[in-house]
Amino acid sequence: MEIVSPGIGLILWMTLSFTALVFILRRYAWKPILKSLHDREDTIEEALNTANKAREEMKDLKADNEILLKEAQEERNIILREARKVKESIIEEAKYKANEEADNIVENAKERIEYEKMAAMTDLKNQIASISIEVAEKILEKELSKESKQEDYIKKLIGDAQLN
Amino acid sequence: MNSTSILKKFKTVFFVVILAAVMVLSAIITSADVFSQHHKTRQDEIELIKEEVTEGEVDAGKMINDHLIDSHEWHLWTYKGHHVAIPLPVFLIHNGEFHAFWSSKLAHGHHHKGFYIEVQGDNKGKILRTIQDDMLNDEILREEGTTDLPTDLSITKNVLAIMISSIFLILIFTSVARAYKRRKDQAPKGLQSFMEPIIVFVRDDIAKSSIGEKKYEKYMPFLLTVFFFIFLNNLMGIVPFFPGGANVTGNIAVTGVMALFTFLITSFSGNRGYWTHIINTPGVPWWLKFPLPLMPVVEIVGIFTKPFVLMIRLFANITAGHTIILGFISLIFIFGNINEFLGLGIGIGFSIPFAVFMSLLELLVAFIQAYVFTLLSALYFGMAVEEYH
Repeated sequence: MEIVSPGIGLILWMTLSFTALVFILRRYAWKPILKSLHDREDTIEEALNTANKAREEMKDLKADNEILLKEAQEERNIILREARKVKESIIEEAKYKANEEADNIVENAKERIEYEKMAAMTDLKNQIASISIEVAEKILEKELSKESKQEDYIKKLIGDAQLN
Repeated sequence: MNSTSILKKFKTVFFVVILAAVMVLSAIITSADVFSQHHKTRQDEIELIKEEVTEGEVDAGKMINDHLIDSHEWHLWTYKGHHVAIPLPVFLIHNGEFHAFWSSKLAHGHHHKGFYIEVQGDNKGKILRTIQDDMLNDEILREEGTTDLPTDLSITKNVLAIMISSIFLILIFTSVARAYKRRKDQAPKGLQSFMEPIIVFVRDDIAKSSIGEKKYEKYMPFLLTVFFFIFLNNLMGIVPFFPGGANVTGNIAVTGVMALFTFLITSFSGNRGYWTHIINTPGVPWWLKFPLPLMPVVEIVGIFTKPFVLMIRLFANITAGHTIILGFISLIFIFGNINEFLGLGIGIGFSIPFAVFMSLLELLVAFIQAYVFTLLSALYFGMAVEEYH
């Protein structure tokens, strides 16, 4: 039964070779390999974490942007509304002013017309007075050669004048 | 950078070429040796004829056994009665004297300094020494038990196979380690990408899950070495020719040494809780411990059965696989002995397909046994360092 009886030589050589193999591989293979694997796993994990953080930040940034956008829109709306209001008020004012001006102009015109009319009337009256005096002179020259007639006439004239 | 890598590659190639040259050269030397010796004496010629006659009858059991056990030379092939083998150094200690010579001196029952390889009986395959120098060639006296057994520390076939596979492992994994340094923080490539999943598998699924996140690192070098050593030698055992073909993991001494390593590491890393569980198992009724210490005895036996089972499991699995394949192959010659065409038919129709099937199964077993040995070792380490509450 040699197959189940271990030989002393083989045990010795196997012990020596295997011990040497474990130590050589530990020093020159397993340690660097396991360290590299560990390092790489760390790097990957770190990269994933960074990516996650960046994504989170992006999300925050996006939310911020949306808020900003909303605010900007609101502001714009407010500005527009105000501008519209200002515009309307300006137009209103302008209309009001224009009306006032127009009224003023009309008033002035009326005053002017009145004045002109008065001036015209005065002028007319003066002219009428001078014409009347001329007429009176002429009549007087013609009619008032006799005393009686002079009197009658004066009376009649006065009467006419009173009627006017 | 580039020139140094080329230099390294050149070194590797150079090394392999030298190794191959040494092997071929030594093979030629032995065959020449054997050849010349065959024409020396008439007795040898008779022996040769005897051998050829007995070769006519196929002894499958003997053939299988010869393939499974260790040998003092690495037999390559036999052509027209000439054995071509790689001679291996023989180191013997006999009566406090150290002897060293090449195994080719002992080929075909030859004697050298009184040493010879026994071919029958309990010591079959071992090197014996005749007690009296003048009885060296006397077969009758040899058989009467006038021999004794020197301490055999030879570089046998299995020892050489262990050394070759160790060199392979060192070459492979230092090159992988270099790849990690050269391609820092990059995706693995080539051999590195082939080995990385296995290394990560051993680390995550064997070491981390059995020993625990905190303490697994200390045991990684042993676990990885044992895994790849068993795996590579299992695979090389399936290859039928040099440098494969040695039954390393199917040898009880080899598996025994590895199991001894597991035992020693487990025992030396055992913490207070581990030993308490063995000597004074908590949660067990007192009458199992006193006055008859039943539980402690069972537990202490358990310390030794665990590595013992590791040794037997690997040895038996590999030996069984090889035995079955060799059995299928023997069938060809058994039937061929009856009728040449019957042998051919059995070979093509039965033996080859089943041997191929068994070889495929052995590929699976090669991995599974490496995995099981490593996993169980890791579990034992895990038990030894577990924090008991």
